[in-house]
Amino acid sequence: MATVEELKLRVRELENELIKCKQKQCAMEDAQSLELHRPKIEKMSAEVVDSNPYSRLMALKRMGIVDDYEKIRTFAVAVVGVGGVGSVTAEMLTRCGIGKLLLFDYDKVELANMNRLFFQPHQAGLSKVEAAEHTLRNINPDVSFETHNYNITTMENFTHFMDRIRHGGMEEGKPVDLVLSCVDNFEARMAINKACNELGQIWMESGVSENAVSGHIQLIIPGETACFACAPPLVVAANIDEKTLKREGVCAASLPTTMGVVAGILVQNVLKYLLKFGTVSYYLGYNAMQDFFPTMAMKANPQCNDRHCREQQEEYKKREAECPKVEVVQEEEEVVHEDNEWGIELVSEVTDAELQAATGDRPELPEGITVAYTIPAEVRVAQHITASQVLTSFYHRDLQMHLWFDK
Amino acid sequence: MADEATRKAVSQIPLLKTNAGPRDRTLWPQRLKEEYQALIHFVEQNKAADNDWFRLESNPDGTRWTGTCWFIHELLRYEFQIEFDIPVTYPDTAPEVAVPELDGKTAKMYRGGKICLTDHFAPLWARNVPRFGLAHLMALGLGPWLAVEIPDLISKGIVQREKRGNTYL
Ligand SMILES: [Zn+2]
Repeated sequence: MATVEELKLRVRELENELIKCKQKQCAMEDAQSLELHRPKIEKMSAEVVDSNPYSRLMALKRMGIVDDYEKIRTFAVAVVGVGGVGSVTAEMLTRCGIGKLLLFDYDKVELANMNRLFFQPHQAGLSKVEAAEHTLRNINPDVSFETHNYNITTMENFTHFMDRIRHGGMEEGKPVDLVLSCVDNFEARMAINKACNELGQIWMESGVSENAVSGHIQLIIPGETACFACAPPLVVAANIDEKTLKREGVCAASLPTTMGVVAGILVQNVLKYLLKFGTVSYYLGYNAMQDFFPTMAMKANPQCNDRHCREQQEEYKKREAECPKVEVVQEEEEVVHEDNEWGIELVSEVTDAELQAATGDRPELPEGITVAYTIPAEVRVAQHITASQVLTSFYHRDLQMHLWFDK
Repeated sequence: MADEATRKAVSQIPLLKTNAGPRDRTLWPQRLKEEYQALIHFVEQNKAADNDWFRLESNPDGTRWTGTCWFIHELLRYEFQIEFDIPVTYPDTAPEVAVPELDGKTAKMYRGGKICLTDHFAPLWARNVPRFGLAHLMALGLGPWLAVEIPDLISKGIVQREKRGNTYL
């Protein structure tokens, strides 16, 4: 039998051997990646050769879909949340040849993420932004990347986050062109909303429901369209019987399909918005159970809780007044409901019949879209309110909660 | 969502008045004062009802909170460290309470040990902005979560009582 000393020696030998192996492998990988990395391309070419990564994109120009595809290289886009939706969003933009991507996430890659696209098992343990940058740089070295591994909702990080939105554009010091929210929680969405309202930054929100069978994207132009705080969170009704939906024992489900679809419609909207083709959607829902895609547009709420949203609305009004529309647009009459407790006005994308069909305490929304919950109108108007006032106008599901305020 | 005792306890917590988050330099100290008053009231109330179950304290600017909560199960005491940051969106959104030592031990948790609250919590919080504060978060968020999760984790043998002299009853 070997003595302890002998075993120690053997361990040391094996350790040294391991180090040598690792070094050899690293050197090989470096050489390989040098070979695989194509050099940067100065100017996008439309030439159809198998070495041109942009030929099929530039073909959009020849076909008359996009006027100036090369313009994509002049845009900087911030992707907040590099999870199931954000990572795929970043990959699509990278492959499209976007100018610059700013990635924000504080999470690490986990094996539990492997039911989603993009990340690979060997990246487990790496920060998501670091792993994503590595993969994306390999795919397209023409894109510049800036990564931030932190939670944007805390005080100091939020200040830095705002600063990068304001100054992290293609040309340092200029704002980014678009912010994309690909986060998975209400707090982070509200933080992005707050930042964008303060900065007057146009952004797009995206989301997948916790039951993984619905999702949405939304374009938010501060002061013009409803911000994330203008109404309770909008949800795409999945037409699932509440009674059969079991929530015990889990937080959230996820499907690579739903996340991929949502990333797809998000980036499609980004391309249409940046490159000015087709119709940009203000709100596009995805109901995976029925394969239904409801759309709508919602104006900002003059009573929005966010002060900066209300200020942006004033600014927008001024801008509108300064530059009267030249074109004569045939406008449909705006549908304003008298009992509209939200003060939300729906822009004419739905018919009267559809609006009529949606009744109750909720704001009027097209079929297939609803709010996650409602808030009694008086709560929003009055700052100081007595407990008994809180009892009115809840919807039936929450009747049991009334008890809490009984005196 | 919550039992009768919780409802009663919550109805006795003072409601907060100042609608200010940590970025509001002038009003935040006032809000912080109200938070402490409500928390102290709630803890005193719990003690009086022989149901003292948590302690919280914050850094000087009130943006980071740490503390301890404990849970009595079959006469044994289980103690956990808790922590959370006040998000810039507070009080429009509630902080995400984390119990880091239970991270990865239950599905009712998000990354970093953040507890997963019930569907009822978000609407309830939203309807009560800015009147709900950290004491309400403890009573309606962490309390009910512990009551459901800890017995389950104990029965599965995932949570074991540490032999820390002073944690015994
Ligand atoms: Zn708003």
